[in-house]
Amino acid sequence: MLDKSIKKTLVIGSGPIVIGQGAEFDYSGTQACETLKEEGIEVVLINSNPATIMTDKEVADRIYIEPITLEYVKKVIEKEKPDSVLVGMGGQTALNMAIELEESGLLKKHGIKVLGSSIKSIKRGEDRDLFREAMDKINEPTIESAIVENLEDGLKFANKVGYPLIVRPAYTLGGTGGGMADDEEQLKNILLKGLVLSRVGQVLVEKSILGWKEVEYEVMRDENGNKITVCNMENIDPVGIHTGDSIVVAPSQTLSDKDYQMLRTSALNIIEEIGIVGGCNVQFALHPDSFEYAIIEINPRVSRSSALASKATGYPIARVATKLSLGYTLDEIKNDVTGKTYACFEPALDYIVVKIPKWPFDKFMKADRRLGTKMMATGEVMAIGNNFESAFLKGVRSLEIGQYGLEHSVSKSMSLEQLKKRIVNPNDERIFDLAEMLRRGYTKSMLQKLTGMDPFFMEKLQWIVGQEEILKKTKLSDLTKKKLKNWKKKGFSDKAISNFMGIEEEDLVVKRKSLGVIPVYKMVDTCAGEFEATSSYFYSTYDDVDEVEVSNKRKIIVVGSGPIRIGQGIEFDYCTVHTVKTLKKLNIETIIINNNPETVSTDFSTADKLYFEPLVLEDVMNIIEKEKPEGVILQFGGQTAIKLANDLHRLGVNIIGTSAKNVDRAEDREKFEEVLEKLNIKRPKGKGVWKVQDGIDEGNRLGYPVLVRPSYVLGGQGMEICYEEKNLKMYLEDSFIRDPKNPVLVDKYLNGIEIEVDAICDLEDVLIPGVMEHLERAGIHSGDSITVYPQQNLYEGTEEKILEITKKLAKELEVIGMMNIQFIAYEGEIYIIEVNLRSSRTVPYISKVSGVPMIELSTKIMNGEKLKNLGYGVGLYKKPDIVAVKVPVFSTEKLGGVEVSLGPEMKSTGEVLGVGKTVDEAIYKGLVGGYRIHDIKNKKILATIKESDREEFLSLAKRLKNQGCELIGTKGTAKFLNDNGIVCGGVNKINEESPNIIDKLKNQKIDLLINTPTKANDAQRDGFKIRRTAIEYGVEVMTSLDTLGAVLNIIESKIDKEDLEIFDISKL
Amino acid sequence: MKGRLILENGLVFEGKVFGYIEQSVGEVVFNTSMTGYQEILTDPSYYGQMVVMTYPMIGNYGLNLDDLESDGGKVRGLIIKEPAKLPNNFRCEMTLEGYLRQHKIIGFKGIDTRHLTKVIRDKGVMKGIITTEELTQEQIKKEIGKFSNLEAVSIVSTKNTYEMPCNKKEVVAKIGMIDYGIKRNIIRSFHEKGCDLTVFPWDVTAKEVLEHNIDGIFLSNGPGDPAQLKEVVEEIKKMIGKKPIVGICLGHQLLAIALGGSTMKLKFGHRGANHPVKDLEKNKIFITSQNHGYVVDKIPEGVDVTQINLNDNSIEGMKDYKNKIASVQYHPEASPGPKDSKYIFDDFIKLIKEA
Repeated sequence: MLDKSIKKTLVIGSGPIVIGQGAEFDYSGTQACETLKEEGIEVVLINSNPATIMTDKEVADRIYIEPITLEYVKKVIEKEKPDSVLVGMGGQTALNMAIELEESGLLKKHGIKVLGSSIKSIKRGEDRDLFREAMDKINEPTIESAIVENLEDGLKFANKVGYPLIVRPAYTLGGTGGGMADDEEQLKNILLKGLVLSRVGQVLVEKSILGWKEVEYEVMRDENGNKITVCNMENIDPVGIHTGDSIVVAPSQTLSDKDYQMLRTSALNIIEEIGIVGGCNVQFALHPDSFEYAIIEINPRVSRSSALASKATGYPIARVATKLSLGYTLDEIKNDVTGKTYACFEPALDYIVVKIPKWPFDKFMKADRRLGTKMMATGEVMAIGNNFESAFLKGVRSLEIGQYGLEHSVSKSMSLEQLKKRIVNPNDERIFDLAEMLRRGYTKSMLQKLTGMDPFFMEKLQWIVGQEEILKKTKLSDLTKKKLKNWKKKGFSDKAISNFMGIEEEDLVVKRKSLGVIPVYKMVDTCAGEFEATSSYFYSTYDDVDEVEVSNKRKIIVVGSGPIRIGQGIEFDYCTVHTVKTLKKLNIETIIINNNPETVSTDFSTADKLYFEPLVLEDVMNIIEKEKPEGVILQFGGQTAIKLANDLHRLGVNIIGTSAKNVDRAEDREKFEEVLEKLNIKRPKGKGVWKVQDGIDEGNRLGYPVLVRPSYVLGGQGMEICYEEKNLKMYLEDSFIRDPKNPVLVDKYLNGIEIEVDAICDLEDVLIPGVMEHLERAGIHSGDSITVYPQQNLYEGTEEKILEITKKLAKELEVIGMMNIQFIAYEGEIYIIEVNLRSSRTVPYISKVSGVPMIELSTKIMNGEKLKNLGYGVGLYKKPDIVAVKVPVFSTEKLGGVEVSLGPEMKSTGEVLGVGKTVDEAIYKGLVGGYRIHDIKNKKILATIKESDREEFLSLAKRLKNQGCELIGTKGTAKFLNDNGIVCGGVNKINEESPNIIDKLKNQKIDLLINTPTKANDAQRDGFKIRRTAIEYGVEVMTSLDTLGAVLNIIESKIDKEDLEIFDISKL
Repeated sequence: MKGRLILENGLVFEGKVFGYIEQSVGEVVFNTSMTGYQEILTDPSYYGQMVVMTYPMIGNYGLNLDDLESDGGKVRGLIIKEPAKLPNNFRCEMTLEGYLRQHKIIGFKGIDTRHLTKVIRDKGVMKGIITTEELTQEQIKKEIGKFSNLEAVSIVSTKNTYEMPCNKKEVVAKIGMIDYGIKRNIIRSFHEKGCDLTVFPWDVTAKEVLEHNIDGIFLSNGPGDPAQLKEVVEEIKKMIGKKPIVGICLGHQLLAIALGGSTMKLKFGHRGANHPVKDLEKNKIFITSQNHGYVVDKIPEGVDVTQINLNDNSIEGMKDYKNKIASVQYHPEASPGPKDSKYIFDDFIKLIKEA
């Protein structure tokens, strides 16, 4: 029964997106807020992440985009006086905050009820000791382990049980700081890091159960003790690889009913004992050759897995969990999909779901790609099919790594010996390595021994590989309907089939259609067809009967943005959802195509119809041909959707908004230069070169520094700034060895202020909701810069100039909808760097702060309305009274071997917003919210500054001294400072005797490392190693002096931190 | 080999036959369990039926000799989307195909099982024929018309009375079990609880049962329409009040009829491992394993409904306190399915011992 005493609930979000805590909590948080509102409860939300749906006016009543720290949560509580708090939807961040709130006595003081699982239950689920005690009590097996708080105890345990051992720090996310130790040296290394990273200085050292099957159960319990299982999942990769980095299938495939029920019963017993109210995730290790099992861990909250389970089954876990936390029981909650049955049942699937992680290694080529107990994926794709092969192959092509089949160029180029080595030390390409080995006749049984993967899956891979080989020998004339249909049933894409056959994809498509081989769509209905369902959630198969009812209404397809990756994050899902909401308001039927299970856009209640399909031409086109919409919207789905523009246009699809031709004119460097020339708009000088000497000549002509990059890349991949001829020469030589066929672009690097605008255009007018300024100077990727709105440092009249250029470009490129432009203001001139004819990363943030519903306006314009009639005016929109700052958040510590220093290549995974009355206040709050260094008083700072920056650093160093900081520096830096009258201690270099710089960082004697790098991305260099060591040991690293300046400004402006106001963003 | 499934309403599914290839007729029903095909294949309650598995990949973990629910395959046909090529599990002893061949069951694969399921859901269960022959309309009608499942119980039941002691030091109760097609896990469940069992054939007389030294009577699950088993019901009537009686599934339905209630046929039955049942006495919900095509629609006078199905509010359990009778429609012994309602066996034993 609903607890009627609940009137006002504080919901705690999960904060910035980092590896291990992603978009899934926007999905669950949004569902939770909407559910609370449906019950008439006032929702107060705190979440520092502005790129979320949950921080929208429509979702919560009062929205605080403020730091999720005790201090700020306290401010919200004191201001809003909620009677209850919901903490199970905001991942580890919210759970940890719940414990802090309880321990601080705030909950008791304000009489706040914790909804859902109690604090006691949360602690029993999270605290290693308490959890093991609980499991011992009900005779549920855990893994032989010891909780240690120092190195000695860890080594003692190791001596007792032997190696290998797994180390897991308590209260951390995605296994941060954990790892596997094969010997004492490794154990020491991992243990020390883990102890530092755990919030409570506790680390679990456990016996390795490497090679056991990893199986998860998503379970729910209400306060009456009714319990159900929503879904179970089996990791194809056995224990040893973090579940977030594993390929996962749902439901389990290789468990007999006895195995399945044994673990199910155990999961239900566990949540009964822990006292869960709501959702919980239980992870098991199951011995492959017996009934022996052990519990790895539980998550007493919704999780990434529960988001996956929700999408895999059609059962909305977060919605139901929220209702349970309000006192409802499972039999009081309707199953929205069938409308007849209740939430108290277990979904039956009549299809199989495959999840594949999306890793950032296409971006970070030099990263340590080895998979282990520490999660590295930034996102994931899900695919649905009614056989394993089809779901798996759909998943593979959804990854956007250029793979349409299992033949992979890297794996192909390796010897069997190399491949064998790679699969026992698996990286993100293991699945392709395995396929290659099977292709060459390596035995399944040995592969199973080496990898622990079940032969059941191995056989599936082998079958796919075998078919690929058959396809290579098949001619177009050999294709019969039967053969082709069979391949299509098993998920082979047109592209893969035609590639293997050595024919054009178009020819295959023509043949396929002439044979009448076209997909049908089946419904995800939670009940395997047992009950009539009203679900509008579909996936494709090559069966006989189609279940989709195509309407005659006006309808538009919106293409989503696929898996979350660095550079294309949750903000595009925000845009997708908003365009759908607007289309619904315009009474247009909405259809979403997307493949990311973590998002709000793939919540089956978001659009009128959801097709959970790969975002490649074939799958998108099939839906278009079936639904016959009046058009498709691509400009909100990031690069994933935009890159379909040309092909869809060619096939005669109406692309709503800016035309494909103009998108291409903005993306293609040469065409874009023509546009700029024609409009007389300046850009930094430069040109493409094919020879080292030409590049050096160009460098000398332009004058240093120069910005260099390969010509074919997007999003700053491989970009560098060269400050002198020596660096340039090295870069050019390197590039031409790797790729002699493509030019390198050498541009003048302008050391100016970077400016960014998002504009809404309708062919006649342009509206710029806000002009943003980047705090760090040009050369650092816009996604990694602290972004200030409204701009603070531009000359009078600059904004007007920007408006003029924007208008000119909008007109020339015939922009209908969104456009994003990046400029550099340098010595009184405006230069253009980049134009994207799509929505951008900053849209959600600016929409919220400026109050201009940018996506709504754009969507309306794309449907024929005019800006001047939409009520927000044209030109530059009025500036707000506050300052809002977007602060990037990084997960670099989780990605071994990845460069730490900021540069032209984007590295951040998420962002937070800081809102204040002044820019200093806003930056301060942003840094607090991003859990970055924000208070620089009396700190111990290690500085290693490159020569060209030292002059500039001098004044900053003085200011640091004024704040009582102690400086130590590497030889050159220390000498320079001392020579200039600033006392700076010395430190030994990496190769010198202990304690050297590395020891200092490891031993926590340093609060901040300031390092301006001479050369990025070179793992052999000292600077790289120093930066990596710092972040891996939790020492903050600053690589831009601009950031340092801003932090100093904060402390010097003496803002009253205690008294900082919090802002309800919905009331600005 | 190509084959066809022809439903009695004329709908034809083109697929492939596998396993033991011989034309077969039966009542086509669907089961939504995602695991447990081995238990389903060997459950005598399916005698006379062809089972469609809604889960598309079947046979993944093979079959073993421990999880059989009777001495062999009982279904008339197994209809699936795709059998596993290489099953694997540490207990896997046979492949699906091999087991079907061994037990003379025809398999039918490669069809749109979801579509077939929805046809049954919308039109109700119906008879069907799996064949590799080109049959004329008349032949089909004739073959399907010949099918009768009236003898099902007599075929799957034991022919002779036999003893099954639990071999435990302490025997909690002695139970007389009437076998209408009993699942092995019911026997295992009573054994685990320390009950010695005497198993009687389906047509045993009340007199013979009551002559045995037993504390209570258990009426088992089994195939077919309870209303057709008139003589059986008459014998049950004679036992009522003499000894405590408990029952599962068909046993439950027979008890209801014997006490003056009635049963009806469900449109497409309950077959799956995800049915929520509310125990009204405990005020708690349990997810249950189900396999029944008939249901008690009229509860006898003086008998309490103790459990209901949350999906359709049908009767899932009843108790007659006066006559010491308790029964459930679903399968507390699971196999396949959740074991949440295992407590029913304790309740049964308690009722028997209280007498």
